[in-house]
Amino acid sequence: MKRSVLLRWAGVAVAAMLHTGSAVAVGVGDAAPPFSLATQQGETIALERLRGQVVYVDFWASWCGPCKRSFPWMNELAARYGREGFTIVAVNVDKKAEDAQRFLAATPARFTVVYDAAGATPSAYAVKGMPSSYLVDRSGRVVMVEQGFRDEDKAAVEGRIRELLAAR
Amino acid sequence: MRRSACVLLVVLACAGCASFAPPQPWEKGDLAKPQMQLDRDPLTAKATQHIYQSKEAAGGGYGVGGGGCGCN
Repeated sequence: MKRSVLLRWAGVAVAAMLHTGSAVAVGVGDAAPPFSLATQQGETIALERLRGQVVYVDFWASWCGPCKRSFPWMNELAARYGREGFTIVAVNVDKKAEDAQRFLAATPARFTVVYDAAGATPSAYAVKGMPSSYLVDRSGRVVMVEQGFRDEDKAAVEGRIRELLAAR
Repeated sequence: MRRSACVLLVVLACAGCASFAPPQPWEKGDLAKPQMQLDRDPLTAKATQHIYQSKEAAGGGYGVGGGGCGCN
């Protein structure tokens, strides 16, 4: 009796050792994991509700250098394709909201910014680096995964967005 | 009985260490702080490294060297 209790605890301990908590990374062709996060104004943005639009989900943090460089470009994209059914949802993963606000004061974002301090969303996407972006088509499927921000990739991403918008 | 309790204790103690997962990419805010860097200033560090290498007449082991022209 006592022995079986001990064994059970040993089992729990071994399970804890083996547990790494890593989810399978979201790749091209996968359904974009749903999320529902709030903006600074308290508005809830759910990915599900954006079905039918081309969505660019971007994970960023105030401490991430390339993120800072990606913002002006994302502003351009939002301005260029916003009216055609294209939405950028930038998920901030800062632990402290003030850090994000300081970043946004210096680097304005003219697109939707939501906050996930707990990190549940990047965890669901198994984000491998910062920044990471996922281009989601109208049916909610991931068609492109971008890790890091590189100037030479900008044209390819924009081309893909244009393709997705053209395909009704 | 006592033996298995001992084994259990060891296993549990090991599990305690193993459950510390490395920080995920989105959790590296603290590690990205300037006070967490090994070098205070990358440019100064580079200069220091350059001086060290020429004084010691030894290079390499600190990332990328030159383009193979031998001119350092």
